[in-house]
Amino acid sequence: MKKLFPILALLTAIFLIYTSYQALKVAPTDALQGDVYRIIYYHVPSAWTAFLLFFINFIASVQYLARTRASLQKTVQWVVIAIGVAGVAATFLPQVQSLLPAGMRPSAVATTVLAIPAFYFLLGWLFPGDRMDMLALTAAEVGVVFCTIVLVTGPIWARPVWGIWWAPGDIRLTSTLVLWLIYVSYLVLRRFSSSAQTQILAAALAVFGALDVPLVYLSIWFFRTQHPQPVIGGGGSMDPRMLHTLLLNWMAFLCFGFLVCWSRFRLEVLKREVEGAEAMESLAGGTSAAKASLPLSRSGR
Amino acid sequence: MNSLWAVTLATLVKDIRLEWRSKDALNSMLFFSLLVVVIFVFSFDPLAEESRHIVGGLVWIAFLFAAVVALNQTWARELRNQVLDAYRVSPAPANGLFIAKAVGNFIFVCVLEALMTPLFVIFYNLHVLGPAWQLIPIALLGTWALVVNGTFFAAMSLRTRNREIMLPLLLFPVSIPAVIGMVAGTTAILTGENSAHFYIVLLLTYDVVFTTACLGLFKTILHAE
Amino acid sequence: MIETPAQNSIIVSNVVKQFGRFAALRGVTAEFDTGRLHAILGDNGAGKTTLLRALAGLAAPTQGTITILAKSPQEACRTLGYMAHPSLLYDEMSGMENLRYFARLYGIDGDQRCEEVIRAVGLDPDLARPVGQYSQGMRQRMSLARAILHDPAILLLDEPFSNVDVHSARDMVGLLKGMRQSGKTIFVVTHQALLLDGVADEFVWMQEGRIVDRTASASRQGDVL
Repeated sequence: MKKLFPILALLTAIFLIYTSYQALKVAPTDALQGDVYRIIYYHVPSAWTAFLLFFINFIASVQYLARTRASLQKTVQWVVIAIGVAGVAATFLPQVQSLLPAGMRPSAVATTVLAIPAFYFLLGWLFPGDRMDMLALTAAEVGVVFCTIVLVTGPIWARPVWGIWWAPGDIRLTSTLVLWLIYVSYLVLRRFSSSAQTQILAAALAVFGALDVPLVYLSIWFFRTQHPQPVIGGGGSMDPRMLHTLLLNWMAFLCFGFLVCWSRFRLEVLKREVEGAEAMESLAGGTSAAKASLPLSRSGR
Repeated sequence: MNSLWAVTLATLVKDIRLEWRSKDALNSMLFFSLLVVVIFVFSFDPLAEESRHIVGGLVWIAFLFAAVVALNQTWARELRNQVLDAYRVSPAPANGLFIAKAVGNFIFVCVLEALMTPLFVIFYNLHVLGPAWQLIPIALLGTWALVVNGTFFAAMSLRTRNREIMLPLLLFPVSIPAVIGMVAGTTAILTGENSAHFYIVLLLTYDVVFTTACLGLFKTILHAE
Repeated sequence: MIETPAQNSIIVSNVVKQFGRFAALRGVTAEFDTGRLHAILGDNGAGKTTLLRALAGLAAPTQGTITILAKSPQEACRTLGYMAHPSLLYDEMSGMENLRYFARLYGIDGDQRCEEVIRAVGLDPDLARPVGQYSQGMRQRMSLARAILHDPAILLLDEPFSNVDVHSARDMVGLLKGMRQSGKTIFVVTHQALLLDGVADEFVWMQEGRIVDRTASASRQGDVL
């Protein structure tokens, strides 16, 4: 595993250089915005990566909470399967299809809904026990970093193109801001909690945050219908070459994000092993008992 | 189910009785609310043409600050002498304690709001141009939204190092949709320019979702050491 | 050792309790018979309070299990009565008012039981003075009254005699003796072993998070109390 990391890092670096070149040089210039629009290749992939990471944190938090009791775990598993099945079935119904925004295909929605049970069971298999909590923490931290990039590049893009730094009714940027706030408060809770049950408290907060996001979206959406706002980022379709570059950049960002998460995860694993070893020493210590030493794992995930 | 309501009622009555006896908290809260209103009056010119458009926001920010100060006191009595341990050791359902505390906070914050509102009306010469009765569901649902999450996060903050700052830190981000609903709804009614109907539904949805979440997770939070 | 079925004993099985890097309990294994008075002794930091809290269900073991009459401590909460170093009472209410509230938590109706229990610990049920103004001895007695309110089969008392005058301490010992004779199981954590000499059925000695000895009398080889 240790050998794999530098190789992957090198490959990712090359990939990132390639996609940056594509973004800055190769992709065609936008007819309306000029070259300024190229920031989209950093803004949008960061957003998608951040959302994916926050989604992972949500699934990991729910699983972590579910694992506290065996009966609860079974119930949650069935609920997750039900969501997947119901979600996919619903996209075939004409009533549901009429509610979808223009341009969104039912199959896309179905695949997204299927992601919930898919991720739930995949992560459950890959991250047993305490590792699920480590995953949640890692995803939250790296997610906040990418989210910060989104919030910084957003106004930088908006100002030269649309003349304003921020529009309160801009639903995407504002929802992202709230998401960022929720996850920063999540990280603060983790840092300042002195409880033995910090992990459970944080998982509960993550669930609250996840419940909040659709409500944020809804509230801003309605606010915007009453108070028309400039739409930053534009809608409509995209030149296929631009879309191609965008997706490439997203792949590169995902690779980079994956590497960062992997390092952070490893760091957390080692940190907890050290703490565990220290606790074991304090446990076995005292005047009479023999000292136990725990070999730190050298290989592993 | 019987025991849940019995415990909730007993706890609520006990809290009201204790609050009534030591009126310090009540008196200082009332004075604090008055001060907040006065500060806003000096900061935002009440004679300006646009005041009706921003008063909705001002009122709810004032309520939010008052609520946070009140919420930070929620568990103070239970922490003294570690009474919370007595509750944890008893067979009483955890949600009984939660509902009693949330309802107690709700009543307390509503009293504060009832006192602050006339002051805003006077200082800002408010005439309500839209259907005034709709302000009542907005006030009730909005206050419950703040209080239910506030009581929950206050309990969460008990186990953290900076308890007083932790509560608003956790509460504010999650409350944003509710704040939008309260402020936009109040402004819509005051100015009469829009319908507040959607915001009332939004607040109701918010309340249902988060009350359920709080009731589901409170027992875990209570028993965290 | 006589084999006792699990339903009739309290079993602590390899319990480890860690607070971060500090291990308060380092693998405690013991079986306690019911209907006995067990005195738990040891220096400060030996883990006595932590063990008691683990038995009460207030401190979940990091490793190991605790079974009380074949149930977990939280399931067995009705049979447990817990008294800690803080009084676990509301300072602003009188003794009777405090007990009335806690009676509701246990589903006990009416004042009769509360009055009975207050008299049993040697206090006056009609005393209107708030508990915060009691002397230490009175407060400990009232705290004990709260612990025995629901007539639990097992009592967990953490330093009931600390800072208490000799007269009150002797009264409490007499009370414990009576309760043990009526078949209750009592665990008493104390520094004052001599008070329980002749009353306790066994003395459990703890050191650095482990049980190091169990004796029938208050003196241990080499120790002078």
